[in-house]
Amino acid sequence: MGNNVQYSNATTAGFKTWFMDKLFMGMSVSQYSKSLVTPFNTAAALILLVSLPIFIVRYVKGLSSVIHATNEYPWGLLLSWGIFAGEPLFAAGFVVAAGYYLFGIKSYRPFVRLAVLGGMLGYAFAASYLLIDLGRPWRIYYAMFNFGTTSILFIVAWHVMLYVTVQLMEFSPAILEWLGSKRVHKWAVSVTVALIIGGVILSTVHQSALGALYLITPGKLHPLWYSSHLPILFFSSAVYTAMSFAILLAYAGVRYLRNRCDREFIVGTPAFTVSLGKGAALAMYIYFALKVLALAQDNRWSLLLTNFGYWYLLELIGFVAAPMILLTIGVRSTNLGLIRFAALFAAIGVVLNRVNVNLIAYNWHLPDHFTHIIPPWPELVMIAAMITLHILLLRWILNRFPVMQELPEYKNTH
Amino acid sequence: MSVTKKGERKQNRKQGGRYSRRNFLSMMMLAGGTAMGVHALAHASPEFNGWPKANGMLVDLTACVGCRSCEKACNEANNMPAPDKPFDDSSVFKEKRWPSAKTYTVVNAYENPAGSSAPVYRKIQCNHCLEPACATACPMHAYTKTPEGAVLYNENVCFGCRYCVIACPFNMPGYDYDSALDAKVVKCIFCHGRIKEGKLPACAEACPAGTLTFGKRSDLLKLARKRIMNNPDKYIDHIYGENEVGGTSWLYLSNVPFKNLGFPDNLPKKPLIELTSNYLSSVPVIFTTFPAIFGMIYGLMRGRKNESDSENAPHEKEVK
Repeated sequence: MGNNVQYSNATTAGFKTWFMDKLFMGMSVSQYSKSLVTPFNTAAALILLVSLPIFIVRYVKGLSSVIHATNEYPWGLLLSWGIFAGEPLFAAGFVVAAGYYLFGIKSYRPFVRLAVLGGMLGYAFAASYLLIDLGRPWRIYYAMFNFGTTSILFIVAWHVMLYVTVQLMEFSPAILEWLGSKRVHKWAVSVTVALIIGGVILSTVHQSALGALYLITPGKLHPLWYSSHLPILFFSSAVYTAMSFAILLAYAGVRYLRNRCDREFIVGTPAFTVSLGKGAALAMYIYFALKVLALAQDNRWSLLLTNFGYWYLLELIGFVAAPMILLTIGVRSTNLGLIRFAALFAAIGVVLNRVNVNLIAYNWHLPDHFTHIIPPWPELVMIAAMITLHILLLRWILNRFPVMQELPEYKNTH
Repeated sequence: MSVTKKGERKQNRKQGGRYSRRNFLSMMMLAGGTAMGVHALAHASPEFNGWPKANGMLVDLTACVGCRSCEKACNEANNMPAPDKPFDDSSVFKEKRWPSAKTYTVVNAYENPAGSSAPVYRKIQCNHCLEPACATACPMHAYTKTPEGAVLYNENVCFGCRYCVIACPFNMPGYDYDSALDAKVVKCIFCHGRIKEGKLPACAEACPAGTLTFGKRSDLLKLARKRIMNNPDKYIDHIYGENEVGGTSWLYLSNVPFKNLGFPDNLPKKPLIELTSNYLSSVPVIFTTFPAIFGMIYGLMRGRKNESDSENAPHEKEVK
């Protein structure tokens, strides 16, 4: 009897240490709650608090209470940002993983997990944006089983679903290390290369499919943005956006969570930044050439001298060519600050491109076009809340899981 | 929201549970048959020119007097919610309205460019394309082009992505954004039930001005051409809907350019599905070639990696 009590005490204590260690990062409850009170967390809590009633209203009173949605403008900024601008950023996982595992760029090794995590979490959030915007979100899984094979959206849905699964499997070694499960870990690592190739295929298809969604709108999308090359334009811009995002993610890691990075990560970051910067610059030259090619093939030159033409030129020169040149200078002079700035600039440019296709150049010829595309404030609050949640969750994981560091007992296993 | 629901309930009562279920079943079988039929035709020839005996509607805009009888009849026949302003109130013409979740059809007034004081009226509703972009875009098969001519929507499989609204070249499907639980697409059903019973569509039956002519689409095209031929000064030499996006069941004649009446004038003549089919057929190519290409790259790079492993890697840190 006495033994039993002792034994159960020991397990409780063991579980408690395990729990504290894994979730509270080894701190006691009071220490941990004190560590939470920071200016950033206060601002985050405030945003989430404001957004809560808006989310409730959306699900109780319907979409029209929170977004501006009409027959002419069914997709608003929420989707432009959450899906169309988000997914190219979150292609980071497939680009870095392909670089390390398939192209054998060994110096990417400490960064693969961070990129894969960034991608996986991003895709999970993209799906969450859908759960806000779908008319009947509880039917989201219908997209898997109705086989609308003529629909580009069917392609997008299936590939995003498969790719989230693949990314979860790619990231599973980190989870298994956190849990300390060596046997499953070994198995999970052994299937990596097949998963990475699968990830490359799924990413290629769905990034281009996002562009292909608009192939069906020749009468509605402004001719400067409408092109039969939309799929390849979306894909090639996703490649350099992904590289830019990976550069920024690594920078955020060493800047804000330095104590969670091991030496290899910190020492390797400059070389990683330059290498990805080089790749991103190359991809941007390709994208720029394709954009000009599309313009020439459809012979749209005369449209450049209209108001939409100036806007188009601002996007192409100001947000593609300019960061492209800055990136080139940064790489040639190994100026890390400049590379990071150019990466941010390029990523913002792609967000602008997606918002243009989705919102600004879509149904551009309708009367009162510009009054219709301005999002109402609840939509903006919801976007801010989603971004906040995204950052909080990413930080939570980075603080606990072995992402930017290699645990000694798992050294050289992946 | 409550108004819509009431309308729906009323409709259900009217049809009776059993009858509507049988109707639904036959519709489903029809839907299956339609899908297979389209596919079979698509394999036989890339040119699908519509169901041969499909119905259509010829709208002679020169005859329309803007009485809105069609709006009223449509509202009653389809148990739609009561309008914001009564149907005999002509003040609605001050703004450009659009079909919505509350109404299948509206009539708008447009300035007559010829200088005449009388405006030109245009009835707006789903045009029931021969190869509908909404049906192409839908990931759920919620849309069916029936052999009779109507493009029908099934809310039971729809999850509300609204890609059909993005895809529709005429901005027709109206989405019920006001409903939290029953959000759905609302659009003209070409009085499918009435046609199957041998009746006219409600709007055509109600029109007192002879604007709307219901019949076989092929006959209506002949009639439209004859009207243009007999009155070359009156009509513009263009039957809107004959070729736009592969043809629509609803056809229009006008005395002013269609662009002035808000008709899109930049649509391709081929069905919009042809713009996406090339991309779709490239997807299996990616799936078959990429594993080989990237597998090869992996193999090549792994060979190189081993070499460099033995030479440089272990010393890299010390060197630096």
